[in-house]
Amino acid sequence: MAAYRRPGTLAEALALLAAAPTEQGAPLLLAGGTDIYPARAAAAAWLRDAPRPVLDLSGIAGMGAIEDTGGHHRIGAGVTWAMLRDQPLPPWFTALRDAARQVGGMQVQARGTLLGNLCNASPAADGVPPLLALDAEVELASLRGTRRLPLGDFLLGYRRTALAPDEIATAVLVPKPEGSARSGFLKLGARAYLVISIVMVAGVVEAAAGRIIRARLAVGACSAVAQRLPTLEAALAGLPLADAAAMVETAHLATLSPIDDMRATAEYRRHATLVLLRRLLAGLAAPEALAA
Amino acid sequence: MSAPPLTLTVNGTPRAVVAPPETRLSAVLRDGLGLTGTKTGCDAGDCGACTVLLRGAPVCACLVPLAQAAGGAVLTVEGLAAMPLGAALQAAFLHHGAAQCGICTPGMLLAAMALLEATPRPDEAAAMEALGGVLCRCTGYRKILEAVCDAHRFLGTPPVPASGAVGARLPRIDGPAKLTGAALYGADAAPADALWLRPIRSPHAHARFRLGDCAPLLARHPGLHRVLTAADVPGRNGFGIYPDIKDQPVFCDGVVRYRGDCVAALVGERAAVEAVRAEELPLEWEVLPPLSDPEAALAAAPLHPRWPDNVLTTGRVVSGDATAALAGSAHLAEGAWQTGFVEHAYIEPEAGWAQRVGTRIEVFATTQAPYMDLEEVAGVLGIPHDAVRIIPSACGGGFGGKLDVSVQPMLAIAAWLLRRPVRAAWSRAESMASSTKRHPSRITARAGCDAAGRLTGFAFEGIFDTGAYASWGPTVAGRVPVHAMGPYRVPSVATRARAVFTHQPPSGAFRGFGVPQAAIAQEALWDQLADAVGLDRLEFRALNALRAGDTTATGQVLTQSVGLVACLDALRPRWQALRAEAAARNTRGGPRRHGVGIACMWYGIGNTGMSNPSTMRVTLGPEGLVFHNGAVDIGQGSTTVLLQIVAEALGLRTEDFTLVLGDTDLTADAGKTSASRQTFVSGRAAQEAGAALRQAILLRANAGEDAHLRLEGSRLFVDGRELALDGVLEGIGRFDPPTVPLDADGQGIPYATYGFAAQVAALSVDTELGTVRLERIVAAHDVGRAINPTLVEGQIHGGIAQGIGLALMEEYLPGRTENLHDYLIPTTGDVPEIECILVEDPEALGPYGAKGIGEPALVPTAPAIFSAIRDATGVTITQAPALPHRVLAAIAEASR
Ligand SMILES: Cc1cc2nc3c(=O)[nH]c(=O)nc-3n(C[C@@H](O)[C@@H](O)[C@H](O)COP(=O)(O)OP(=O)(O)OC[C@H]3O[C@@H](n4cnc5c(N)ncnc54)[C@H](O)[C@@H]3O)c2cc1C
Ligand code: FES
Ligand code: FES
Repeated sequence: MAAYRRPGTLAEALALLAAAPTEQGAPLLLAGGTDIYPARAAAAAWLRDAPRPVLDLSGIAGMGAIEDTGGHHRIGAGVTWAMLRDQPLPPWFTALRDAARQVGGMQVQARGTLLGNLCNASPAADGVPPLLALDAEVELASLRGTRRLPLGDFLLGYRRTALAPDEIATAVLVPKPEGSARSGFLKLGARAYLVISIVMVAGVVEAAAGRIIRARLAVGACSAVAQRLPTLEAALAGLPLADAAAMVETAHLATLSPIDDMRATAEYRRHATLVLLRRLLAGLAAPEALAA
Repeated sequence: MSAPPLTLTVNGTPRAVVAPPETRLSAVLRDGLGLTGTKTGCDAGDCGACTVLLRGAPVCACLVPLAQAAGGAVLTVEGLAAMPLGAALQAAFLHHGAAQCGICTPGMLLAAMALLEATPRPDEAAAMEALGGVLCRCTGYRKILEAVCDAHRFLGTPPVPASGAVGARLPRIDGPAKLTGAALYGADAAPADALWLRPIRSPHAHARFRLGDCAPLLARHPGLHRVLTAADVPGRNGFGIYPDIKDQPVFCDGVVRYRGDCVAALVGERAAVEAVRAEELPLEWEVLPPLSDPEAALAAAPLHPRWPDNVLTTGRVVSGDATAALAGSAHLAEGAWQTGFVEHAYIEPEAGWAQRVGTRIEVFATTQAPYMDLEEVAGVLGIPHDAVRIIPSACGGGFGGKLDVSVQPMLAIAAWLLRRPVRAAWSRAESMASSTKRHPSRITARAGCDAAGRLTGFAFEGIFDTGAYASWGPTVAGRVPVHAMGPYRVPSVATRARAVFTHQPPSGAFRGFGVPQAAIAQEALWDQLADAVGLDRLEFRALNALRAGDTTATGQVLTQSVGLVACLDALRPRWQALRAEAAARNTRGGPRRHGVGIACMWYGIGNTGMSNPSTMRVTLGPEGLVFHNGAVDIGQGSTTVLLQIVAEALGLRTEDFTLVLGDTDLTADAGKTSASRQTFVSGRAAQEAGAALRQAILLRANAGEDAHLRLEGSRLFVDGRELALDGVLEGIGRFDPPTVPLDADGQGIPYATYGFAAQVAALSVDTELGTVRLERIVAAHDVGRAINPTLVEGQIHGGIAQGIGLALMEEYLPGRTENLHDYLIPTTGDVPEIECILVEDPEALGPYGAKGIGEPALVPTAPAIFSAIRDATGVTITQAPALPHRVLAAIAEASR
């Protein structure tokens, strides 16, 4: 049996991590286990499950809160989808809350953490587009100190992140938008619940007097890492919010690189992204329409 | 180093657990604490069967490390009955028939508890969302949602005793055990000292392999007792459904023919077999190109020398001259269709255990066919049939997939050779990779009608990918040509179906045996023809529907119990209303288009042109009144239905009986639970058994035909007078539905009776995204007689849910959708409101007029959905499942 440690403080966790080997036998960081346990089951079925020491982060005190720190909201590593779903948060979190509501079922929402979702770095991770659209940063701690990386820099590729072997992701920091902001999230899947996204889009729009000051849009499951759409965002700035949906064109999606897989074709993903973006923007212009 | 015990408070009682801290909570509960009411179907969070409440919140116990649960309170199914709300919920489930096979039930109950504790009177939307994380493959969810929303009514109310008469909604007899977690499924019962068996399976679809010396492996893992291979099989290293086709090896001998084929098995202490890793195995592979296309396989080198052209079986039906009839038709329609592998996805993976008892072997396992298991086990061990005992476990779903053996031969071989009890439980991935599937199909079909819309001719050619081994391939190839024209009068017919070998998973039996695939083609043609003639699509079907007195394409005259027209008559008002509603909604414009579709089906009950008897026995003696029933209840309800029948025939109450179920040492052969045959065939046998015992009693009591019987304990009263019972009185009933084998042109009497049905589906299609939203399904089924309407509705709901999966989302791709994460089956939110209309056109041969319902429920659903998509968008779906990208591509193609 490999070692299993469940420290009660971050300092202790970081010390254990610093002392651990980094290559072979590096400990597996465990949060809610909703990615880790399924992966182990899949590996075990083909006799490929390799026991690894586990560093369980769930006992670390003080990580389970969403705090308003003035300029930011700080979402700790212990925060689950259920908390994001149920706690009152300002309107720019609507996208993240809608994503939380649609992750797995109640059981997965009760256990899975947002940070785990980011660190797992799946192209279809539903937490990523809402946070990219919010310009969120990931806070990483090690005995060497604490650093912050924009989420887009933290996610390096398909299941790859910038997390160093001695680091733990401790929080997501979400800067507050200027003035009023609305946000939304649309997820497309082939069934009602428990479904991995074929495509999902998230957006945060800051507007005044019906005109867009800043629109931030992100698309997931259409590239190894979810992406913002800077050309489209630039094109939308200054426009009436009511006209935004009609602005979206295929050319704005040129940076996406969707693939064919069992869930859909690349061509379909591109097309669906266009449709979802238009609907998202139309919905943000008339929020009551977004639900339909 | 053993870890110090951790404490959990389970159902209010503190329990100390000694297990590694990363152990899944589900394993702790089941293996450590013996609380096997918590089920595991995937170990991956996908099925929700393992749902428990941890610190009040619903969690998948399979995803929770023991260390994180420690110190917390856990509520499992075993703790519900002691809580007023829990007991009310269980009572509501029982009343509504919300548990069928019962394997999802504990998870459903716990997920519902979490909801009800916060919201005692939830609405349907809230219940749907709360249960969205638990999959059920049997019920179609509707009755579960009803039960959850209704649970508050059962608080503190003592249950009303239900009538067990034929036609009454008797709650299922096996219900209470399923609702409390007491029922024992394949993985729930094995002696503590049992060894574990773990198969080694091929990751390649086609390869040669060499297994080298296993001695170093055994030495490295002291708890590993044995590596079993082809050389160890004491008898015949082959199994298969047909007595003359035992082509699937228990352990492959040098060649594997599909991903999942078994090459060897590890047997030993659990920890030891689980510690072995793939790279440690002395296996050398020579990977060979696989055949994955059945059409290409027709011209390729044979998989099995016995079938040089890779054609396992060809089935055909020829009546009249279809070519000439089509040539002379006023209207013609034609098309080509394709469907993929569909996985049974029963929530209970294959599991069981075996032990050697002297010169006999006993196997306890999840199964649909104990007597077939008995023959296979005897065959692989090379021992006589009477040296084998099969004890079916509670069966957590089958749908055809547990008609083939899985764990049974391997466990028997291991227990036989090692003389120790041996158990196994497949993982989800292993279950999906190794088990049989619905046959993928490639179909081309043509049909014609006259100017008035009367069908003239029908031609059908189907290639069915039967995979690596025969399994039920011959049955599918035989059944499809008989059913392919559907329940219609078609004067000239030429249908052919071929089952073709490929290096794919073996295709076997799956609810409908190929008929659901064929129905997709047939019903699409009717829509085309109806449109061409200018007839309403329902009226086109009504015009052509089979009626009593008609002759089928196999030359069989249907004299009675042909209720299709009655089904269509019942649907007509709904059809018209739904069509009007869709039209009204479409006038509003927008990307969402509404449509309504219809499809019919017929289904021959029992084996095709072959004997398939059942024997039932009932005894009255010192042990009381005992019903010996060998039919396996896989959730469809035969235990309850057969009891209602035998009780009615005997004239005693259902609660007077003690049941002896399905153990091959104790019950007679009732045949397999398949082909929708248990109510019809075993039901008739039960009726005769009950009547025979009644005769024996009446004779002894010298009483008249209509004498009243009453049982008090073991005292029998006839017309109020006690009848002394010295010995045991017995009633035996046997029924074998009369059929005539089909000749080379498919002429004969393939089935003694047929179920008929028509379903209407209303839906909308998002024409910009290709997504389909089901709004309502109305299902009219001629079941002959509904012995228990709740159970019949349950079968219809469940069949429809599987039809929805076939139509819209299910596609098994070996190696790619090998889990319930990527292989999508409908969830609570995917099954719309369903209205069931039960038509009862009694079958003279059936018990109290009953026929079957298990498979008929699924057949028309996918065609009705495709018909509705066509109605909404004008496009014909030619490939199932109609995933959003396929629907959208079809819409784009049509507008080009
Ligand atoms: C049935 C089911 C349905 C699902 N549906 C969806 C869905 O619809 N959309 C979706 O996006 N996801 C879905 N998921 C996955 C989702 O549950 C996870 O991504 C979850 O959010 C991961 O969090 P966790 O706490 O469970 O992580 P874990 O499984 O504990 O860890 C995940 C990964 O992150 C690492 N990690 C975790 N925390 C940290 C940390 N603080 N610092 C550094 N590394 C860390 C781990 O080492 C591991 O590599 C589903 C999962 C299941 C089982
Ligand atoms: S066994 Fe836990 S979700 Fe399937
Ligand atoms: S009753 Fe739900 S899976 Fe069988």
